[in-house]
Amino acid sequence: MKFVDEFRAPELIGKAGEEIRKLADPNRHYRIMEVCGGHTHAIYRFGLKDLLPANVELIHGPGCPVCVLPMGRIDDGLSLAAQPDFIFAAFGDMMRVPGTQGSPLEYKARGMDVRIVYSPADALKLARNNPEKHVMFFAIGFETTAPSTALTLVRAKVEGLNNFSVFCNHVTIIPAIRAILDSPDMRLDGFVGPGHVSTVIGCRPYDWIAKDERKPVVVSGFEPLDILQSIVMLLRQLRRGEAKVENQYKRVVPWEGNRAALRAMAEVFELRPYFEWRGLGFISQSALKIRESYGTWDAEQRFTVPGIRVTDPKAAQCGEVLKGVLKPAQCKLFGRECTPEQPVGALMVSSEGSCAAYYNYEHRKPITIANAATR
Amino acid sequence: MATAATKVKFREPQIEMSHGAGGKASRRLVEGLFAPLFFGSSPGPLGDAAHVQINGTKIAMTTDSFVVKPLRFPGGSIGELAINGTVNDLAVSGARAEAIVVTFVLEAGLPTEILEAEVRAMADAAEKAGVRIAGGDTKVVEHGKADGMYVTTTGIGRLLSGVEISPQSVQLGDKVLLSGPIGDHGITILLARGDLDLEADLRSDTRSVFPLVQALVREAGTGVRWMRDPTRGGVATSLNELARDCGLGIVLFEEKIPVRDSVRGACELLGLDPLHIANEGQFLAVVSSEHAESLLGALHATPGGGEATVIGEVREQPDSAVLVTTLYGGSRLVDMLVGDPLPRIC
Amino acid sequence: MCLAIPGKIVAIDSQNTHLATVDVVGVRRKVDLGLLQDAPPVPGDWVLIHVGFAMSKISESEAADQMETLTMLGEAAAAMEEVRGYGLENEAEDYPPQRWKQ
Repeated sequence: MKFVDEFRAPELIGKAGEEIRKLADPNRHYRIMEVCGGHTHAIYRFGLKDLLPANVELIHGPGCPVCVLPMGRIDDGLSLAAQPDFIFAAFGDMMRVPGTQGSPLEYKARGMDVRIVYSPADALKLARNNPEKHVMFFAIGFETTAPSTALTLVRAKVEGLNNFSVFCNHVTIIPAIRAILDSPDMRLDGFVGPGHVSTVIGCRPYDWIAKDERKPVVVSGFEPLDILQSIVMLLRQLRRGEAKVENQYKRVVPWEGNRAALRAMAEVFELRPYFEWRGLGFISQSALKIRESYGTWDAEQRFTVPGIRVTDPKAAQCGEVLKGVLKPAQCKLFGRECTPEQPVGALMVSSEGSCAAYYNYEHRKPITIANAATR
Repeated sequence: MATAATKVKFREPQIEMSHGAGGKASRRLVEGLFAPLFFGSSPGPLGDAAHVQINGTKIAMTTDSFVVKPLRFPGGSIGELAINGTVNDLAVSGARAEAIVVTFVLEAGLPTEILEAEVRAMADAAEKAGVRIAGGDTKVVEHGKADGMYVTTTGIGRLLSGVEISPQSVQLGDKVLLSGPIGDHGITILLARGDLDLEADLRSDTRSVFPLVQALVREAGTGVRWMRDPTRGGVATSLNELARDCGLGIVLFEEKIPVRDSVRGACELLGLDPLHIANEGQFLAVVSSEHAESLLGALHATPGGGEATVIGEVREQPDSAVLVTTLYGGSRLVDMLVGDPLPRIC
Repeated sequence: MCLAIPGKIVAIDSQNTHLATVDVVGVRRKVDLGLLQDAPPVPGDWVLIHVGFAMSKISESEAADQMETLTMLGEAAAAMEEVRGYGLENEAEDYPPQRWKQ
């Protein structure tokens, strides 16, 4: 696979690992946050932690749009769709996320018409092909995904497809990073920046992290060599006492972002004054809602949303794990009441949530795995 | 023998889809409800087929039901899966399938031509596999049930001599053999459903693996410790079951695992792991290290076995788990699948 | 939000020019080019695909530059050791050194 395999070349990965080990000052303990759930997933999938020295620690950030979605919003979405002749469409990521009465797949088993779609355009196509039904697309994602939802709404309006609506749960990444940095228990040295969000918003939105918080940010791709090279670049900055925003993912990310994508978003969305993030509480100006000019295609304007609020059990320490203050295994419910099969909290729900990723890939790995992993 | 005192350990209040998916939830149902009541206090490890002694002759017996949407797909159909699936379950337990009986549960309103096409496909598959269809049963249910048709096949077979399959016989240093590329069937079905709007030149790999199993047994039956056909849940689920049953660790070499380009492309696009995708024409064999080379050679010399390869080995760690390792030294645990593999965008 | 894969544009839909067929090692899908309308890609271009939309054109030259940088990891370090021997420490911190760039 072009533009993929080259960035998985084993010899180069070995070299990058060596460079990291050389650059890491043995007298320092580096805490680097990778913001995006996709990076969390890649780090586990490629076993990249095995290549890092013990004093370079990767902390998983809040960039998992499924994890930060409050349970009440899932209940809202499912109850909206529980009408006759309704089709509930969502990405695969949402299908096992439990609301208080079950997950979308469980609702499907009970008779609701639930469809997995790969693209919001496919949800619109369902509406086009099923004129006697109403298709409600449960939209999630950060700025990587929001432009696609926006463009789909533009196309729905142009086509006059009124049997289509979007239940919008898009959130924005910068307020989440701010919430992390504002947390008093948090000590971070730098950030691996979200490469795909940045294809839309560019690299400028991270300037304040470098200038005001004095932490380096390297916008990173998702292949093993991308992530390792980004860590190399961060360590170099840290050694020189620098704090800049750098773009490692140049083959894809334009410094200024994607103007057409930002225009589509501005046309269709506006910022909600505040939105509840599971584990982080209410954050202002952190989520998108559909403008009145697109009200016909906004499930919240068109239908009555119950506005269900569900509080997570007190024992679930999702907030602290989300902020990187606690490791997943340090949460009292981890691996006992809370597992990927029966998730209690947000971070166990999505396969890229810190707790689920740790549970699936790491916590059973014995320390002697080094022997097992030798070839 | 089940007694009044036999306790059911399955506590879930109702049956969910995950209980039929072949992963952890299925295992809980089988081990917690079926096993205590059907098999009593000491059931032993559950394999693909049961071995039954009748007057000193050992016979293998297995059953499987097929619930597939769509009924027809590139490379096959529900009927072929039903025949090959049962032939393969018998094969990987070390038996040659001799006879199969078929049960149809048909939805009222099913066009006859569809049923006829399936029956033809099954007759062809049975002939190709050298197994006799000995009889069967038919039920018809109301329109709206059975997704067109459900097919169950039950097969009996004669155990091949010179081979004894058991997770307990697996030893440190044993090699893991895989008969060919993985993921073809599951991805073909996913694409055939049409919801994802992906096209690829891909077909189900459904076929009888008996000729390959026979080649292994003829070459060095004593060197074959364990076999399984990695259907629902994929290679990862089958190997995790073995790891749990024998308490040892299975270490896989990622670059050795054969995956076709288009399966790989679909998996990358959809965020799926080929190790979790169903296969209908492949099998895994754990073999002694001294015989591994000759057994691999035997597969290569058999039609359909040309792509067989060693994908890993049995080690002490990680105990009861499966680890995938890479050339550059990274590794990750891979677990059993829970439910069906779902595409993701994150 | 982050799963995005490189694919090659093989055809533009004649009826809906905002749609293109993209190929990923033999898997094909219609992809919406609307987010790249300011500089629409053409058949032969590589784009990054996320949820059925093209997010960005992939730059072959940047990819090649990156591979070069990565290949020189370790080698540049060895060369830097040599350069340090010449007493040019400041320059040695640049990576790759400015004077090497074409």
